[in-house]
Amino acid sequence: MTGFLGFAVTFASLCFALAMLFAALRLFKGPAAQDRVLALDVMYINGMLLLLVLGIRSLSSAYFDMALLIALFGFVSTVALAKFLLRGEVIEP
Amino acid sequence: MSEVPAWAAVPAAILLMVAGVLAAIGAFGLLRLPDFFKRMHPPAMCSTLGAGCVLIASTLVSSAVAGRPVVHAVLITLFIVITAPVTAMLLARAAVYRSERRARER
Repeated sequence: MTGFLGFAVTFASLCFALAMLFAALRLFKGPAAQDRVLALDVMYINGMLLLLVLGIRSLSSAYFDMALLIALFGFVSTVALAKFLLRGEVIEP
Repeated sequence: MSEVPAWAAVPAAILLMVAGVLAAIGAFGLLRLPDFFKRMHPPAMCSTLGAGCVLIASTLVSSAVAGRPVVHAVLITLFIVITAPVTAMLLARAAVYRSERRARER
């Protein structure tokens, strides 16, 4: 993994790490609870993309499963938090 | 570890750089914009176009290395495309409800 693709992989990893840093700043700063939930959403998407870029770098397919799991759990957690903000409880009887 | 051929490496590299720039801009907008409903817009760019670019690049590279079409990245794309609007709509409804309730209590 050298040359143009190696440079692009490094650049993309740095960009995703920067995006996660921005989202973490918003997570700490966020004035309301929904801002924090949105920042968490952005953070898991960027972490998933970072894992996929690592998978391109190492040319292994094990990273796909981790990225799929992160996408699944991130979606479920965001929906649960938004439901909690909306209704006061997650699973209603 | 085999080397990636140039016909797959160059488009994948360009797509990866585009996705990185989009993700950084989206997160910067999330950090800088003043209002929650304005802040909802920039990350959508990252989570649809950025994710699409990375997944196309990943499909290209893994197909070129394996020598046959490898399409399991399409699963993640499909999942993201289905779930991003659901998340955005639920969060927007929660924000509207909470701001209305705060205005009523005041």
